[in-house]
Amino acid sequence: MSVITVENISKQYIIDHQKGKGGTTLRDVITENLKSLIGKKTKTTITHEEFWALKDVNFSIEQGDRVGIVGHNGAGKSTMLKILSKIIQPTTGMVRIKGRVASLLEVGTGFHPELTGRENIYLNGSLLGMSRTEIRKQFDAIVAFAGVEKFLDTPVKRYSSGMYVRLGFAISAHLDPEIMIVDEVLAVGDAEFQKKSLGKMRDNSASGRTIIFVSHNLTAVQALCNKTLYFEKGRLIEQGETNQVIASYISKVSKTRLVRQWDTPKEAPGNDLVRIRRIELVPDYPDNLTHIDVRTPMTLRFEFWNQMDNANLNLSMHLNSLTGECIFNVGTQSQPYGKGLIAAECTIPGYFLNDGSYTISMMVVKDTVTPLFVMEEAITFDVEDYREGIAWYGKWPGYVRPQFPFHIKMLEPVASKQ
Amino acid sequence: MQTHEVIIEPGRSERHYWADLWRNRELMYILSMRDVSVRYKQTALGTAWGLIRPLTTMLIMVFVFSKIAKLPPDPGVPYPLMVLGGITVWTFFSTAFTQISNSVTLNSNLVTKVYFPRLIMPISAVAVSFVDFLVSLGLFILLAIWYQFIPDWHLLLLPAFIVLALMASFAFGLFFAAVNVRFRDIGQLIPFVVQVGFYVCPIAYSSRLVADKANEWWAPFYWLNPMVGIIDGFRWALLGERAYFNPKSLLLSVSIVFVCLALSLYFFRKRENTFVDDI
Repeated sequence: MSVITVENISKQYIIDHQKGKGGTTLRDVITENLKSLIGKKTKTTITHEEFWALKDVNFSIEQGDRVGIVGHNGAGKSTMLKILSKIIQPTTGMVRIKGRVASLLEVGTGFHPELTGRENIYLNGSLLGMSRTEIRKQFDAIVAFAGVEKFLDTPVKRYSSGMYVRLGFAISAHLDPEIMIVDEVLAVGDAEFQKKSLGKMRDNSASGRTIIFVSHNLTAVQALCNKTLYFEKGRLIEQGETNQVIASYISKVSKTRLVRQWDTPKEAPGNDLVRIRRIELVPDYPDNLTHIDVRTPMTLRFEFWNQMDNANLNLSMHLNSLTGECIFNVGTQSQPYGKGLIAAECTIPGYFLNDGSYTISMMVVKDTVTPLFVMEEAITFDVEDYREGIAWYGKWPGYVRPQFPFHIKMLEPVASKQ
Repeated sequence: MQTHEVIIEPGRSERHYWADLWRNRELMYILSMRDVSVRYKQTALGTAWGLIRPLTTMLIMVFVFSKIAKLPPDPGVPYPLMVLGGITVWTFFSTAFTQISNSVTLNSNLVTKVYFPRLIMPISAVAVSFVDFLVSLGLFILLAIWYQFIPDWHLLLLPAFIVLALMASFAFGLFFAAVNVRFRDIGQLIPFVVQVGFYVCPIAYSSRLVADKANEWWAPFYWLNPMVGIIDGFRWALLGERAYFNPKSLLLSVSIVFVCLALSLYFFRKRENTFVDDI
């Protein structure tokens, strides 16, 4: 039985562009109308730009499905959730929903800083659609789940941000709707709490509840959802089994540029001294993988023309994070070379880089001190997450994720009493 | 909970809007309690403020209008009692009106995150003004005892005028609340409207003074103000026949309020679905 049917849903926004003005004020509207009443054409040009946050979206969701929604920022994921939650109205199309819906678009909606934890549980609970009797029944469970027993009568403005989030999530975790809509709430809170709340959501879904879950965290989507919708620029471009959709999402969105090549020195980047011929990152995919993840070893191949007679040259490779911090820098030996084509190769082992986006810059150096040419961001690639046998889905910290030998054993077992 | 089907379509207002509103009455109550309990948090004097404000306003007005300007009260009515009656109902109307007008924008964090019938916000917003009103009314009773002023059967009509003042605040507030979402100019306009209203309404003076000047060109306009009939009626219910009362003016007030309320409600309902896009 399909509990949600979405037919031809579109949402249009009109963006006003007015020269030198921030927004439309009442004065603008009045003067515009007055002027047009007199028949005067105004000088201020207001241009309207149509923007489709969603365009012709169709899908249906069966009872008990756990549906992930993935896509870049601005792809229309949140707009879709808000339409399903009746918060915004679509411009065209129709949605049918069978069953009681609870939407969780933020943690602690409506929390008032001056009110106590107790008062806020009632406030937030009833905003999420719980009756007071329901809240009273669940009250102790909520408080225990959040672990705020001691601070029930403290205003939440005195809460730590962790307590605040825990209380907010605890309330929504005790909702009992047939359909639950969740937006990015796992992005907040500490790792332990994330694990706890994801576990709670999975328990809920085991009891036949339908869940719609938006997240940037693909690992969490993979762990929780059996089906996935992939949005891009307001359109639903793919739907189906989670693993398939996520694989194609990764291959489509990654800004991967693994190879660059120039055939003749004339058009190649460089200068009179050196010209780049080719730079390529070759992943050594294990199994049938088609994208780089934390396990994948990679080889960087680099070729350049040297146009100097007898120069002492070496290469220096920088691997940078997306934010531009250098994660490591490796160099070759410096050796004398004559004119000609020179090739170099460097291997980055698997189980070394953490998941994330990286760029590689290459530098040709003379006499170990003088950079002749720097090729910035020559290669761009993403490393995807991969975990096995780990029930935690938070962002793995650190720039590198090496697997060093790390031994653990029982030193002195204590005999258990019978 | 039986399964019910919800259909979301452009331009479709909830078919069961009023039933939905009723189902959300607990939310209405909780939002009201939120406003009431937040009102005097972290104040040293707390709820005493509800008493201090009408009391000082009354004392100042007695000083300015009675002692200095020598405005006459209705015959047989102590001037402070007449003024406090006016202040009580006017403050009720004006704070309710202000709260309603700001209700949607003040709750913008809710509008963008949860669905509920948006009328809940203005309705729950009046709770605070009603609490203040009760305090002010209590003050009036104390003052009436002080003047040994005994009300008569007119007092039974008091609830009707309270409801009427409330309806008037919705009649104007709902419209402003909806416009306020798009144009924050309303936030600037409201205190000004309230200030002007304080003087064009019979608070410091009795409508009798205007009735005596019926030949002046502006006199007919005075009675067009719907609050005139309501304030006069409220005082009449408290003070009895000695207070000025004009049934014709009350009738005019009631009809204006009803028409405005219907229009405002229609406007609010029409706009509420797009609040989230404009807020």
